[in-house]
Amino acid sequence: MIRYVTSGAMALIAGMLLGSGFVQPASAQGTGSATLDATRTRGQLLCGTSGQVPGFSLPDSQGVMRGLDADTCRAVTAAALGDVAKVKFVPTTTQNRFTALQSGEVDMLSRSTTWTLGREGNLGLMFAWVNYYDGTGFLVKKSSGVTAAKQMDGATICVQPGTSTELAINDFYRQNNMKFTPILIQDLSELQSAFLSGRCDAYSTDASALATFRFSQGPKAADLVLLPDIISKEPLGVMVRKGDDKWFDVVRWTFIAMVTAEEKGVTSSNVDSFMTSTDPDIRRLLGIEGDLGKALGLDPKWAYNVIKQVGNFGEMWDRNITPMGVPRGINNLWTKGGLQYAPPMR
Amino acid sequence: MSDNTADPRLIGARVAPKRSLRFSWSDPLFRSIVWQIVIVGVVVSIAWYLIHNTNENLTARRIATGFGFLDRVAGIPIGESMIDYNPAEHSYGRALLIGVLNTLKVAVIGVVLATILGTLIGIGRLSKNWLVAQLTAFYVETIRDIPLLLQLLFWYTVLQGLPTARQAWDRNVNGSVFLSNRGIKVPLLVWEPVHGWALLAFTAGLFGTWLWSRRSRRIQAETGARPATWPVALGLLIVPPVVVWLALGAPFQIDYPALRGFNFQGGGTVSPEYFALLLGLVIYTAGYIAEIVRSGIQAVPNGQWEAARALGLRHGAILRQVVLPQALRVVIPPMTSQYLNLTKNSSLAVAIGYQDIVSIANTTLNQTGQAIEGIAVIMAVYLTISLSISLFMNWYNAHIALVER
Repeated sequence: MIRYVTSGAMALIAGMLLGSGFVQPASAQGTGSATLDATRTRGQLLCGTSGQVPGFSLPDSQGVMRGLDADTCRAVTAAALGDVAKVKFVPTTTQNRFTALQSGEVDMLSRSTTWTLGREGNLGLMFAWVNYYDGTGFLVKKSSGVTAAKQMDGATICVQPGTSTELAINDFYRQNNMKFTPILIQDLSELQSAFLSGRCDAYSTDASALATFRFSQGPKAADLVLLPDIISKEPLGVMVRKGDDKWFDVVRWTFIAMVTAEEKGVTSSNVDSFMTSTDPDIRRLLGIEGDLGKALGLDPKWAYNVIKQVGNFGEMWDRNITPMGVPRGINNLWTKGGLQYAPPMR
Repeated sequence: MSDNTADPRLIGARVAPKRSLRFSWSDPLFRSIVWQIVIVGVVVSIAWYLIHNTNENLTARRIATGFGFLDRVAGIPIGESMIDYNPAEHSYGRALLIGVLNTLKVAVIGVVLATILGTLIGIGRLSKNWLVAQLTAFYVETIRDIPLLLQLLFWYTVLQGLPTARQAWDRNVNGSVFLSNRGIKVPLLVWEPVHGWALLAFTAGLFGTWLWSRRSRRIQAETGARPATWPVALGLLIVPPVVVWLALGAPFQIDYPALRGFNFQGGGTVSPEYFALLLGLVIYTAGYIAEIVRSGIQAVPNGQWEAARALGLRHGAILRQVVLPQALRVVIPPMTSQYLNLTKNSSLAVAIGYQDIVSIANTTLNQTGQAIEGIAVIMAVYLTISLSISLFMNWYNAHIALVER
């Protein structure tokens, strides 16, 4: 585990020490994006995920990675390489995720990571888009009788180290003049078992992850209560390295294409019927007219591939998050009272 | 050396004629100079290349560098700290210092306990008692064969199996020691400045006792009769602290732990994370120390045992006064490596949530993005601690070696 935690940092340092421009493969001609060229040469897109969070990325009984984050990786793979099967999921921890991306171990990071100024300013990384608008919540045991976060003065709280949750709880307790004892365990399953065994009074992380964790407890879910308080804003996004703006565009617009598809009602099952559509927005989206794909350095059919193979944003949500019993809420389209708003694709 | 003896090296005639340096490969002096220049040059250029390349890459990646983050307000919560810490006002530097102290807390106590346990088990392996010998042999073989990480997780899981705070195990006289999955709660003396002064008086008494016993030893060497040490020691160790304590108002207040709200408030705590880590490290390292002690004892020639027995000494006295002092010389060097191992293994604390330097530095490097600086801090800390242990043990080793006749 310790090896796991520091390996990313070590890889980064080794890269920094030895490599010269180690994340940029030597490719003079091509798309103008070193990362895109590298994925094409490799025939594979390396996507950093958690691999431990139900609803976001967790292998199913067949070993296939399932979840919103996993499907986001697939969508970018479909856009960049034309085939979702060319994605490779790289497990990362909360602590080694940034170094994994910085050092070039992964091409992108889709790992329920909160978009903050500090991370964009200091890490040499940037957020392409938000795939889940979340907030920090608390999960407690029903037997504790707690019904609101403000009743938790003096509580012991289980948190993963290196997360923005850590800082959010700290701010919350500071504002309310309360005290708490943190229990910080790196490994998620160890942390969750510490909470279930009663070592902590509460388990805190993004409310989405709490809901899916509670759901995964099966019949015992009834003993756990998700407090109504959401104490912070946690826009979870997809990250790429700075310095490869073309690749940033590919990742960002892949996501926007999925939201646009939902706005227009284009789904994986009916996308073929839209090939004869007269709506100029849809025609541009599907590459029937215009050259949006060329602008990104991609195939004209890039968005068609994404929608056909992965689906639109709503489908991705219904497939992964709805079964966990989480309402769409602010993650709905702007036309339905949510925050997902696709800039025009023209 | 008497005054009329001259140092032969100073007599000019005997000094070898000074040869001038020839610029020829056949001149050994020339060769050695060339080689040294080449080696230093290679090392310097590798170092320059690595530093230069790192800087280039960091700039290319637009990653901020430097140790400026140490002064920034940390904002990371820390569960267990020996010094005052408030994430809202204290800096990353202080958070890292707490990490260092937490590492030392487990390393120092771990080394002491592992030495005691390991020595007992090592002696036990040589016991004539079949059961003791077999049990200790079983202990050593089992503990050494299971990875430490697994052992730590095992102990942590065991401690989590304890009752919850509300149904804590009350193992005590009047309900003041509690055992629960929140840790061991014990009553704690409310610390007043007076107690500090009393402690100082006690330390002074300790020093006095040491002087007195030196004096006794000298008198014993001169006259053969040893003046009694214990009445003086007792007087010096007890009277001054008590007098100081009484003179300053004799404050004595015990802070009892009590269940309030979620958890026990008041009293002192040994957290399950710390306890599991300490337990795991001590039990694991003791297995190795036991083998070192056993081999050390067996390295003492049998003749020493026989001679001591011939003098009429009992088994315990032979072990304590004849064999162990000699075994010590064999034991110290490998023991140093075990102490270093224990200290470095304490970094496995991350797995069970004890916040040592690795844990806090990892969180810091994650929140600030200063990976290279963070890893450098961890390396510097372990290097400093390890070198200190090595230096102390080397000094002690030399000290022991002097006693050898």
